[in-house]
Amino acid sequence: MGEAYTVFVCAETPCLSMGSEDVYRAFEAEVKRQGLSNVAVEISGCHGHGLCNHGPSVVVEPEGIFYLGVRPEDVPEIVSAHLRDGRPVERLLYRDPKSGRLIARYHDVDFYRKQCRVILRNCGRINPEKIDHYIAAGGYRALAKALLKMTPEQVIEEIKRSGLRGRGGAGFPTGRKWEFARNVCSPEKFIICNADEGDPGAFMDRSVLEADPHAVIEGLTIGGYAIGATTGFIYVRAEYPLAVKRLRIALDQARAKGFLGKNILGSGFTFDIYLKEGAGAFVCGEETALIASIESQRGMPRPRPPYPAQAGLAGKPTTINNVKTLASVPIIIDRGAAWFAGIGSEKSKGTTVLALSGKIVNAGLVEVPMGTSLSTIIYDIGGGIPDGKRLKAVQTGGPSGGCIPARIPDTPVDFESLAMVGSIMGSGGMVVMDEETCMVEVARYFLSFTQAESCGKCVPCRLGTKQMLEILTRITEGKGQEGDVETLLKIARTVKETSLCGLGQTCPNPVLSTIHYFRDEYEAHIKEKRCPASNWERLPLKSRRGVRAPR
Amino acid sequence: MREVDRSPGVNLERIKEIVAECKVERWALIPVVQRIQNEFGYVPPEAIPIVAKSMKLFPSQVQGVISFYAQFYTKPRGRQVIRVCRGTACHVRGAETLLKMLEERLGIQEGETTPDMEYTLETVACIGVCTLAPNVVVNDAVHGYMDPEKLAKLLTKGEG
Ligand SMILES: Cc1cc2nc3c(=O)[nH]c(=O)nc-3n(C[C@H](O)[C@H](O)[C@H](O)COP(=O)(O)O)c2cc1C
Ligand code: FES
Repeated sequence: MGEAYTVFVCAETPCLSMGSEDVYRAFEAEVKRQGLSNVAVEISGCHGHGLCNHGPSVVVEPEGIFYLGVRPEDVPEIVSAHLRDGRPVERLLYRDPKSGRLIARYHDVDFYRKQCRVILRNCGRINPEKIDHYIAAGGYRALAKALLKMTPEQVIEEIKRSGLRGRGGAGFPTGRKWEFARNVCSPEKFIICNADEGDPGAFMDRSVLEADPHAVIEGLTIGGYAIGATTGFIYVRAEYPLAVKRLRIALDQARAKGFLGKNILGSGFTFDIYLKEGAGAFVCGEETALIASIESQRGMPRPRPPYPAQAGLAGKPTTINNVKTLASVPIIIDRGAAWFAGIGSEKSKGTTVLALSGKIVNAGLVEVPMGTSLSTIIYDIGGGIPDGKRLKAVQTGGPSGGCIPARIPDTPVDFESLAMVGSIMGSGGMVVMDEETCMVEVARYFLSFTQAESCGKCVPCRLGTKQMLEILTRITEGKGQEGDVETLLKIARTVKETSLCGLGQTCPNPVLSTIHYFRDEYEAHIKEKRCPASNWERLPLKSRRGVRAPR
Repeated sequence: MREVDRSPGVNLERIKEIVAECKVERWALIPVVQRIQNEFGYVPPEAIPIVAKSMKLFPSQVQGVISFYAQFYTKPRGRQVIRVCRGTACHVRGAETLLKMLEERLGIQEGETTPDMEYTLETVACIGVCTLAPNVVVNDAVHGYMDPEKLAKLLTKGEG
């Protein structure tokens, strides 16, 4: 007999930190105490309504009634009024800040309505620790289809026709990458899931891994089949303990069900996946450094060629894909390339997952079709800027990206358009900055990050980041000199052109883009010794109005 | 090879056991060091020659790997490890101020441990909980929306 209600209590890092585990236990106990036999209580990944800052959140299915800020003491009321008597508890529902209306169903929340969930399709709707939930949601159907009905070449062809491009930053076509690896002749090949997510301000991959680990495992296995790999690795950063835990559970379950291991689903394909935990180094997200790190060496990039597709892990052909790229694969195989290619813009197909944070009302994960405009994301979905402040800039792509000024709010978010305005898509971090944000300080902040994280192997990156950081620090301290901006530009261009790996090649971007769009702010610091925005260091920590006080 | 003082309470037999358990794994060095650190809270220097020998490496090679990664520590750390997130989102919401406050209150700098071994103060590049910025992590618990008041409370709770 099916359950009348399933209560999904969010168990992702933000909600857990606000006590959602106690809420989960309270539900279990209360449902039992009141003797309701037709209610299932489950944990889930992020419900993803951009309201992580109002957690813990609870969704009651099948109606999709959405509660926020639930405390254990609220649970008895929800159980008796809602689950027993069918009357949702109004005081815990979401209230639309614009209209003041109560919104009971999450489908109707603005933040959710304007999104298109492909990569995050299962987030918040299944228990990530139960493989049966994933299977019931259509999981592992694509794996069966690929292994039993398609040749590896057909899988690659399907991915190529879908137009899927890597979500790890560079946007390289996934089908072509797989084809290279397929065409290299070798008895042993590897495929790696890059779950390093070192960009500060990015948490998309963490969320996918915590909420839907099987989607990544399924995608990696399909990729392994396509390129002819024998072994897969998931390289996950150690700062994500919960993702590691859920992945371990998921891998065990997948093995037990025969989705991994010998002769998978009787297809003759043998493949297994191992988890490798990072040890804290941003540069390990770079492909050759990541390979070195899996091999237990210092995670230093090396020059290419040879490319990993030719000589990667243990000198064998190796493919590396991002978490979101791999999570897209099963649904493409399942629903077909044409369906996927129907979403997005001309050259950037599908959706993009953005981690919206900073000075924004609704912070959280946003998934929209490629090509959606910045203003739609910030105002319609993100709810705009808090405290009545004005938008100044949006930083995308983390330390490899740039700042887009508020005066071009209609910029479409896709690979080409962002590159045109001097930023990049990167892995999807999107930090919103208001009028009080000092742009020189933003540049200084990113440089301090890349300077600390540079592996030091190549001279331009090691010394260039240091020099740029010194100059930027001087400017923010009011000790800037005439000609500093020109020097910065010169060093930035040199570092960009001569560095060994992507870290050095992209780290001047925050400097270049802030100088390009906010040069007057640099000039004010240097000539007038003042900051037109506000002094970062002295920025007070204030409680944020308009947001329910977190506990 | 340099002689190292044996830190109190380090069980060399246990280190040998861990090394033996992990040896079957391909590319075992980092996983071994991770497991040693998980058990001891840091990588005792006397573990290095043992690990090196079993992997047929020079101790300096092992040391080189340990020093490359931010999360390996060769000194014991405090009972409470406090990490301030320095990620972008936390930064724009005042992480710098929090770090300064902690340095003042605890009388130590980033990367140091109090003499009574109670607190170690560290920073982290982003823990992926940017929606609750600014964040402070105490041991494994994330404390979001930090402000000076909450931080002060957190410290007194730890002492009680
Ligand atoms: C310094 C540096 C850090 C990187 N960090 C990551 C990362 O954390 N996650 C990721 O998927 N890709 C990262 N990349 C990009 C990867 O090297 C690689 O392009 C990507 O994983 C390929 O997967 P995709 O084709 O699915 O995008 C980084 C690159 C550089 C240069
Ligand atoms: S910036 Fe602090 S958690 Fe991401």
